[in-house]
Amino acid sequence: MCADQTPQPETSRRRAIGIFLGGGILATFASFLYPVLRYFVPPAVVDLGGDEVIASKTGEMKPNSGKIFRFGSRPGLLILESDGTYRALSATCTHLACTVQYRSDLREIWCACHNGIYDLNGRNVSGPPPRPLDMFDVHLRGDEIVVSRKREA
Amino acid sequence: MFAPLIRWLDERLDLDGLIAPFKHKTVPTHRLSYWYFFGGITLFLFIIQVLTGILLLLYYRPGANEAYESVQYIMTRVQFGWLIRSIHAWAANLMIFTAFVHMFSVLFLKAYRKPRELTWVSGVILLYLVMGFGFSGYLLPWNTLAFFATKVGTEMAGQVPLIGRAMMIFLRGGPEVTGATLTRFFGFHVAVLPGLVTVLIAIHLFLVQRQGISVPPKLEVQWTANPSQKREMKFFPNFMLREMMAWYVAMGVLGALAAIFPWNLGVKADPFVSAPAGIKPEWYFLFMFQTLKLIPSKVWLVDGEVLGILGCSLAGLLWLLLPFFESDQPARTKAWITGLSIFALVYVVGMSVYGFLAQ
Repeated sequence: MCADQTPQPETSRRRAIGIFLGGGILATFASFLYPVLRYFVPPAVVDLGGDEVIASKTGEMKPNSGKIFRFGSRPGLLILESDGTYRALSATCTHLACTVQYRSDLREIWCACHNGIYDLNGRNVSGPPPRPLDMFDVHLRGDEIVVSRKREA
Repeated sequence: MFAPLIRWLDERLDLDGLIAPFKHKTVPTHRLSYWYFFGGITLFLFIIQVLTGILLLLYYRPGANEAYESVQYIMTRVQFGWLIRSIHAWAANLMIFTAFVHMFSVLFLKAYRKPRELTWVSGVILLYLVMGFGFSGYLLPWNTLAFFATKVGTEMAGQVPLIGRAMMIFLRGGPEVTGATLTRFFGFHVAVLPGLVTVLIAIHLFLVQRQGISVPPKLEVQWTANPSQKREMKFFPNFMLREMMAWYVAMGVLGALAAIFPWNLGVKADPFVSAPAGIKPEWYFLFMFQTLKLIPSKVWLVDGEVLGILGCSLAGLLWLLLPFFESDQPARTKAWITGLSIFALVYVVGMSVYGFLAQ
């Protein structure tokens, strides 16, 4: 019945104005939202720890004991075994990031949060932890026990 | 796209009934209608303050050893932190400015008359609270200017007879301005004042909604005598859209000011350093500051300071009660109130300029 199907000039003009107005307002909001979203992102914390840290001094620890030390912004675990060898590992549990501890009675590494157990090589032996703990290198420099990240082979 | 959602809500909430009061609301149209926008712009700036204030809280740390450093961190390390802080500082100043403009426009259009006395009272209290916001927020970056402004401001409160000293100790959290003062001001600024202001804004807006928008007395007399002369526009959507345009312009002005003239931080406060020369309060306290400076140190047997502070407090109280001195009849508004309004405007502007130029 209605032969003329082309849009009326009035409606198309209205549509064009609507698009410009709506687009302008949207662009304004986007320009305000962008800085706010960027603002939410906390600036990266500078890790002043480097690759090497003095974890302890010889004679400071008793045999068959462990000690938490600061490695950059995260904790590390230094263990002195009964035979006098030192071991150092990341102290952050691979399950849900609690800080683990050395259990002298079990001679194992234990996470109190969910009862995760690692052996002295950092292997996850029981409980929920999905991955082993990272091992660090230990060497003596005078009477300082220096812990460093493992060099990639 | 939203039609089914709107229908769903409508079936449950009766949306038409919800917005009906706004549909009936009208705004008188006359050559001074533009002044009606300033209350809304002040509200808009308050919303900006709440939003940017929350953003600043993500990184700000109160405390004498951390406050300055955390603001410095916001301005130098956090992405767009300088912009967020500048918007907060500029919007604060603009909000106080538009609140003053709104107040004087209400005064000159005589919108405070019966039945709107309570709207005026709530509005004036809001203005005082907003100035409290300015005063408490000014200290938070813990810089030298803020430190001395707070010292002087709280010392003035201490001059009030009988309760002054207790008030000063309450404000400072001790006999001196220290980190304890900063903690308190932070609490006032982010918890106490926002709560009070939100409640009062709700009351203020409820009263405006309930009583409709005032018509200047001359027009009211004309329109009552000859109702065919009455000119109005619908609040929704006609006035609302105009108000939104005003907000958009306000946003543009605010963004431009904040981006082109970022607010600076100054030097960290040190209680054992002399006050810098030419130290002055923020511009909105200048007229009071200048008044106090002009009062001699002894008037008869009374301390000049005490007299000035009591005078200012009395003036503030009478200002709050101004509508109760006005006539009920629009044809018989009191000329002395108009005179007083003009005097107040000239006094505030004049003293501020004088205070700004004075050494």
